[in-house]
Amino acid sequence: MSEQEPEQKTNPQGDVISTAAPVKVEAGKDPHAEAKKQRVVTPEYFFFEAPRERVFITGSEAGKEAVRRANVDFSIAYPITPQSETMQLIGVLYGEGYVKEYYRGEEENGVMSTMAGASRAGVRCFTATAGPGTLRGIEPIASWPGHRLPLVAIFTCRVVNAPLAIQPDNIEITYLLNCGMILFHAENQQDVFDFILKGFLIGEANDVTLPVGIAYDGFFVTHARGYVWMPPKDIKIPPRQAYHGAVPVLDAENPPARLSRDAPVQKSNFMAYNIHNVWQQEVWGATERAKKYINYYMGGLLEAQDTDAEVLLVASGSAAAQSREAVRLLAEQGIRAGIVKIRSLRPFPTRELQQACAKAKLIVIPEYNYVGWLAKEVKSALYGELNPTPLIIGGPRVFGGMSMPVELIVETVLGGLKKVSPTQVPVGAGAKGNGGKKADEMSADDKSKLAHFYQNI
Amino acid sequence: MKFNVRMAGVGGQGVVTASHILSTAVINAGGESTIVPFYGSEKRMAPVESYVRISDDPIYEIGEIMFPHIITVFHPQVITHGKSYTNPFHYGIKENGIILVNSRDPIPLPPDEQKELDRIGVKTYTFPATLLAIETAGTDLSTNMAIVGAISAITQLTNLDALEKAVKERFLGKGFVVSGGTAALDSVVERKFKHKQELLAKNMATVKAGWDYAMAKGWVMGKLTSPASAAA
Repeated sequence: MSEQEPEQKTNPQGDVISTAAPVKVEAGKDPHAEAKKQRVVTPEYFFFEAPRERVFITGSEAGKEAVRRANVDFSIAYPITPQSETMQLIGVLYGEGYVKEYYRGEEENGVMSTMAGASRAGVRCFTATAGPGTLRGIEPIASWPGHRLPLVAIFTCRVVNAPLAIQPDNIEITYLLNCGMILFHAENQQDVFDFILKGFLIGEANDVTLPVGIAYDGFFVTHARGYVWMPPKDIKIPPRQAYHGAVPVLDAENPPARLSRDAPVQKSNFMAYNIHNVWQQEVWGATERAKKYINYYMGGLLEAQDTDAEVLLVASGSAAAQSREAVRLLAEQGIRAGIVKIRSLRPFPTRELQQACAKAKLIVIPEYNYVGWLAKEVKSALYGELNPTPLIIGGPRVFGGMSMPVELIVETVLGGLKKVSPTQVPVGAGAKGNGGKKADEMSADDKSKLAHFYQNI
Repeated sequence: MKFNVRMAGVGGQGVVTASHILSTAVINAGGESTIVPFYGSEKRMAPVESYVRISDDPIYEIGEIMFPHIITVFHPQVITHGKSYTNPFHYGIKENGIILVNSRDPIPLPPDEQKELDRIGVKTYTFPATLLAIETAGTDLSTNMAIVGAISAITQLTNLDALEKAVKERFLGKGFVVSGGTAALDSVVERKFKHKQELLAKNMATVKAGWDYAMAKGWVMGKLTSPASAAA
């Protein structure tokens, strides 16, 4: 009787099918060998001189490859769609020795608090969350900037308002805008790779010393593949220089000096108000000082194309990608349109935006959320600054996970050129709001505006 | 030239596989392409859609395709049972667009829908992809290959050489990530063809049969520019 080897099942690609494939580690081989060969290079070499190779990867993989080259000491994960894959891949990096410490937190409030502790202890740290996780973690997140904690956190945006969904929608950015942290909005996989690496250097700069949030739209960026140019994996950026930092590192030698000096004063008194004032002035002053590093590493807080055009699309994140295609479709119809892509939401490029919009007659702001946080930012930046004042349309907007059809942007531009805004409530909408006039007393123009409004709400 | 293609079918037909092959073939021919597959729980006969953008220029936009130039219907139930993520299945088709329906006989649409499609110049082509697959490869499992061939001929953004390379990459390539259900189906297809070489040859013959059918019918929408496709 001969003993036969059991038949090894494989899939058509020849990979062994098993429920739990063992990690292939050859006996005596150091799984960290490759990571140990990585060498530190200057940021200038890394970003501007090193040869780059083009790869076709998902946003989650772009995040992994950035962290691989980012000299990260500590990373903490807690799963939530659509970010789980990114942090799972960071776990792979930990296995390979590219990240020194990695574990799973108990929930996001704990994760973000742990990030605070790790950053205070002087190590370079990284985490990612999404949607409801962002909001669960926002209590410690909102306190990071005041405590001057450099770190990088990823927010892969998804629905948080009801009815809940796991689909992309970037309404959570509205809650992050006013924490005091630096906040970038990545358009595509290339931005994900670049912003993470550059984020560490910008946030850790001595006169900045702030956390950096990098938001991008879930699924559209995290789970879709795109081209990314990246330097080889045997180089990494310099480590965090915590002992050269603006805030003393908390360790056995250094008690939490800043906190003991400016202890949280629970009573209302003028000392407390002064302390709060000083901390917040420091934070928002630091975001302003970050601008020079953003300009240096990222080539500007915004990216403007063809700003001589009378029509300008102002967008960030995935909406910027859709706007690029909208420009092409508009050109096919003989309409020239330019694009302003906002890379940095905090600090907000107020002056740069005013300059870019100087010649615009129509500004359209497409967004992937219901509330239109970018439209509010843009309108605040431009109010009273441009003469003649352009028509600014805060829309089109999609939410709840919907893709933005490029045709919707085109339609909004075409409407705007006729001075019709889809979200503009015409005078006379509803009998009571019409100064007592009945609907049939409205002018033909008002009626058509009203019809347009009802068609578009 | 740029085409947005919405592929609608049912689970098990290889809609997502077809979109992968078309996409890879366009990239192999020097173009650009992106795909967005869309399905619920993986099961046979459940609605599946895959959105493919193909172009000879860079593609920036993302997400599902709401306003396609071309809709391909892999299974009559997309129309007759409403197995589609839009209702009716042709919602959003662009002016002068094409609907390619896999069926032996034309499937009539409600008169008002047909009237609207006629008004915007949409052409509906009945394409017996399953019959072509059975004739050429001896199995209906190659239906998707016939459809890939036909769309490639219609759009002219790839050619038969690039398609052959894409088919090979799909069925021989290492590191191509497929879902569990698709991996199971792949092994069924493999058993059917015994040998991979036979599988490749039969699949490629079906792609070519689809291509030739569309060319013979004069369905071409794109510009006949690439020499390889002109020679084919």
